[in-house]
Amino acid sequence: MTALAHIGSTGAGAQTPGGPAPEPTKKGGITAYLLLLPGVLWLLVFFVAPMAQLAAVSLQSQFPGYPGYYYRDVNFGSYVTAMTEYLPQFGRSLLFAGSATLLAFVLAYPLAYAMAFKAGKWRGLMMICVIAPFFTSFILRTIAWRQILADEGPVVGALKWLHVMPSSGRITETGFAVVAGLTYNFLPFMVLPIYASLERADPKIIEAGGDLYANGLTTFRRVTLPMSMPGVLAGTLLTFIPAAGDYVNAELLGSDSTKMVGNVIESQFFKVLGGFPVAAALSFTLMAVILALVFVYVRRYGTEELL
Amino acid sequence: MTTGQKLRFWISERIVMIIAVAVLLYLFLPVAYTFAFSFNNYRKSNIAWNPEGSPTLKHWQDPCGVEGICESLGTSIRVGFIATLAATILGTMLAFALVRHKFKGRGAGNMLVFIPMATPEIVLGASLLTIFVQGFTRIGLKLGFWTIVLAHIMFCLSFVVVTVKARLQSLDPRLEEAAEDLYADARSTFWRVTFPLVLPGIVSAALLSFSLSFDDFIITNFVSGNESTFPKFVYVSYLRGIPAQANVIGFSMFVIAVLLVVVGQVIGSRRRSPSS
Repeated sequence: MTALAHIGSTGAGAQTPGGPAPEPTKKGGITAYLLLLPGVLWLLVFFVAPMAQLAAVSLQSQFPGYPGYYYRDVNFGSYVTAMTEYLPQFGRSLLFAGSATLLAFVLAYPLAYAMAFKAGKWRGLMMICVIAPFFTSFILRTIAWRQILADEGPVVGALKWLHVMPSSGRITETGFAVVAGLTYNFLPFMVLPIYASLERADPKIIEAGGDLYANGLTTFRRVTLPMSMPGVLAGTLLTFIPAAGDYVNAELLGSDSTKMVGNVIESQFFKVLGGFPVAAALSFTLMAVILALVFVYVRRYGTEELL
Repeated sequence: MTTGQKLRFWISERIVMIIAVAVLLYLFLPVAYTFAFSFNNYRKSNIAWNPEGSPTLKHWQDPCGVEGICESLGTSIRVGFIATLAATILGTMLAFALVRHKFKGRGAGNMLVFIPMATPEIVLGASLLTIFVQGFTRIGLKLGFWTIVLAHIMFCLSFVVVTVKARLQSLDPRLEEAAEDLYADARSTFWRVTFPLVLPGIVSAALLSFSLSFDDFIITNFVSGNESTFPKFVYVSYLRGIPAQANVIGFSMFVIAVLLVVVGQVIGSRRRSPSS
């Protein structure tokens, strides 16, 4: 298996085929802590400490009359600003990321299914095809989408020719283009975990569904889909989380009316004098919302009895 | 059966595969565009196709012909190598501790590894920028090459841990038991049995790290200061028009990566075939 395939097998909480992973047998002792020390230290210095610093920044207050100068405080004003002024961008982020996740699921499932059960000797080649586009910089690919969806581009031209779209219609700089870009960019993150969990499933169990006179749809709903649920779960998280925080697609494919929360954070940091506290508050709110959604979602669907 | 019925039967037999191939084509469409526009003889910006003088090979003959482009590519490759090496070593150690040892705080350790992956990149970038600017400048660390490396090691680390962990968990414990039964001591069991079995997972983790680091834009953009990586170069030059040399380099990286993956798979399947 290649590198990215492992996201799948791992994100899905890969286990030995025969059952749950064996519990560790070795006792702790000094070795365990020596192995842990460097990595844990790294994460404490470069993940936990920065997050704490960001939290402190989000609670700072401004020196009256000195824009851009702040003192340490416990002031939730930045959170109020974040949630009142930038609520539309927040809602849009969740809506766009949610739509992109759903679309990615619809596109990814048949592909993953075909790779697991229908591809045969083509499986390796299909795997390479899923991963390969990753290596052309994602910014170049997003710009290519801008060209494909442009007003003079082939998609708009075809839609106008078919009269599906009015002659003044356009795709770029609409929410549709942003969702399309997000769907495209994170699609492999949906395909690989679903493939990994389907690959581990025994095709005989699916056949058994047919033998027991279930029709195709029922077999899929009651047998195949529940078996692939760990992969679907991992795939939706790996798609939704980066999509909700993304600002590149909204920047390159959208317009001012399709800005997402990522765009606000980025511009507060780089383009607004003294924008740090609001940007920090927005970052924390985004992370809290995502963690809450992840928690609810995993609790709801992370169990064996889904349907 | 009429031809129509035959056709309908043929399609319904292969409908999943047909959809799958369509999705794959969709994945490749922008790559094809990137490739095609590397031959564009454009005047101002490489957005519209200029039929006069296209296709041209001039961008392929001079891939470094734009100021800064090959420097940024070099930076990306160096960052990728250092970050991959460090993240792979630290992550593999963490994975061994988390899977093979029982100790207090194992749950907390797993949590500490998981949460950075569930954090959007923009939040990671923002938090690193604040601490680099407000804390680390006091010890003389300026935004640039090394802050990019430090940040990349951090976000690659979690992906290395989960990848190596999955491999470790799927190992058959009987293989190590067998080594012990054959009177191998702990050290030679580890280096001659466990480590070679885990190695494919470590290699996958390293490849994954490199590709994540090489293609990262959001975190890099926050912590890089004036230093430019290849994705940052492309993004920054977007406003005044991306040079076709970026398409040349982007597509070449794609070809190199595909070749590496194909070679890896061929070697992998050759190694597997004698035993199976």
